[in-house]
Amino acid sequence: MDQVFVALKQWLVEQAPAPWQPAVSSLISAAAVIGAFATLFALTTLLERKGLARMQNRYGPNRVGPFGVLQPLADGVKALTKEDLVPRGADRGVHFLAPLVLVVPVFLALAVVPMGRNMAAVDLDAGVLFFFAVGAATELSVFMAGWSSRNKYSLLGAMRAIGQMISYEVPLILSAVTVIMAAGSLSTVKIVAAQAGYSGGWPHWFVLTPWGLAGFVLFLIAALAECNRSPFDLPEGESEIIAGYYVEYSGFKFALFFLGEYIGMFAVSGLAITLFLGGWQAPFSCLAWLPSWAWFFAKLLALIGLFIWVRGTLPRLRMDQLMNFAWKFMLPMALVNILAAGLWRFVTPAPVRWLVCSLLVAGAYLGLGQALFERRKLAKRTYGYG
Amino acid sequence: MTPLLGIVTLAGALAAMALRNLVHCALALAVALGGLAGLYLQLGAQFVGFAQVLVYIGAVAIVIVFAILLTRGGQAPGQRVFSSTWPVGVGVALAVFGVLSGIILSSRALPALTPPEPAATTARIGDQLMTRCILPLEVLGLLLTAALIGAVIIAMRERADR
Repeated sequence: MDQVFVALKQWLVEQAPAPWQPAVSSLISAAAVIGAFATLFALTTLLERKGLARMQNRYGPNRVGPFGVLQPLADGVKALTKEDLVPRGADRGVHFLAPLVLVVPVFLALAVVPMGRNMAAVDLDAGVLFFFAVGAATELSVFMAGWSSRNKYSLLGAMRAIGQMISYEVPLILSAVTVIMAAGSLSTVKIVAAQAGYSGGWPHWFVLTPWGLAGFVLFLIAALAECNRSPFDLPEGESEIIAGYYVEYSGFKFALFFLGEYIGMFAVSGLAITLFLGGWQAPFSCLAWLPSWAWFFAKLLALIGLFIWVRGTLPRLRMDQLMNFAWKFMLPMALVNILAAGLWRFVTPAPVRWLVCSLLVAGAYLGLGQALFERRKLAKRTYGYG
Repeated sequence: MTPLLGIVTLAGALAAMALRNLVHCALALAVALGGLAGLYLQLGAQFVGFAQVLVYIGAVAIVIVFAILLTRGGQAPGQRVFSSTWPVGVGVALAVFGVLSGIILSSRALPALTPPEPAATTARIGDQLMTRCILPLEVLGLLLTAALIGAVIIAMRERADR
């Protein structure tokens, strides 16, 4: 059961004539990744709308199919049949290319995420580096969309998005560095392998160390910002700049942007699972009989659920708060965390290193928090006319 | 695959030079840089290829685009893109290329220096950076930090004057 998809692919590849087998193998992997995650995308839009509706004390979609479960289908048909509007002043070529430049890299990023035992589409020596490299290309797409629409709101949204993505990329990568140091490899498959095994019923996941926990939280926050998701959804802020860089997109191009955002979210969640949550490994040794891919997707859905929960709970940040948080809190915290990960390697008796690393991380957290709120007067505010 | 990547790189570079819209030029430059990254990957230099994408497309292209938008709004320049003496420039460039390639091809040191198989894996580059090349790396880091602090100071002074 664990290797059912691997065996299926093996069988399919063997049906092809020998010289074509490498090409067929790549093609099947790509088709599987695209198919699985596009389906997950449809499922997640429904989950998100239902979940948000529940948090806001309303029903959510409930007209199409029983309990509205066929809503993604209706959304798809709507996106396909809507008119594709391009503003007269727009730069047609760039306007057309922008959604493609977003969707292609995010699917490429998924290629290095291991989704089960022997189930990474490609195992690169520099897998994590590859992930961040293709992720960097999405910023260009955001700019292309914002600039080519020739709309002030679009351009403002794109500028906000790029500023935010560049700022949060630094803590994102720095928090991933700790895991690379601990695992001694940039390969996602080897990083998962480094977290194998259990001691006393507990898994050897990196999140269960002081620096791993801090790194995981930093990574998740930065990932939320990289995906432009609430509370970091300023680039789209519908109350301020309508919908940011995709105001002027309609029909299928808008659907592609939507798809790209969600796939990006899956990719970065997948990387968070790979780096900190032990990849496809079961949390307890007694649960290891479940197939590895089931564990990966269970963790992925749990993280997506967390993202939806955060979106339903937190209000949107302000631009200056966003930047202050990235550069004054996240960046120093990530640097201290790297130091903690280094100490973890070299301080020998286990209780001592637990104490030292925990103190370092907690001290940095408290110290930074104190320093940032020192001169801030927090009091009840009243708003009104007059 | 290599000729195709070469064509993409050259076409991107040419477009970056010749297009009238500055933002189009910047995007074409990004295409050229991407093609270059593809060439590195084709040659088996994974680390350099990914770093090329991460640094040049992810950061340098974005900075260029920002600079264009913050200065002139990406309007097309009034005058011609090419100077009127471009045939002379082409001639000089061809002459330089010819001389250099002639010297390289006629060099007797070239065949002797052909390395067996450069196995510059990412892990080996990392090892070398952390052991043999640690001093240059630290100096570079210090230099970049100094540049960063300098940029921040310049930006801060501007705000105080206002």
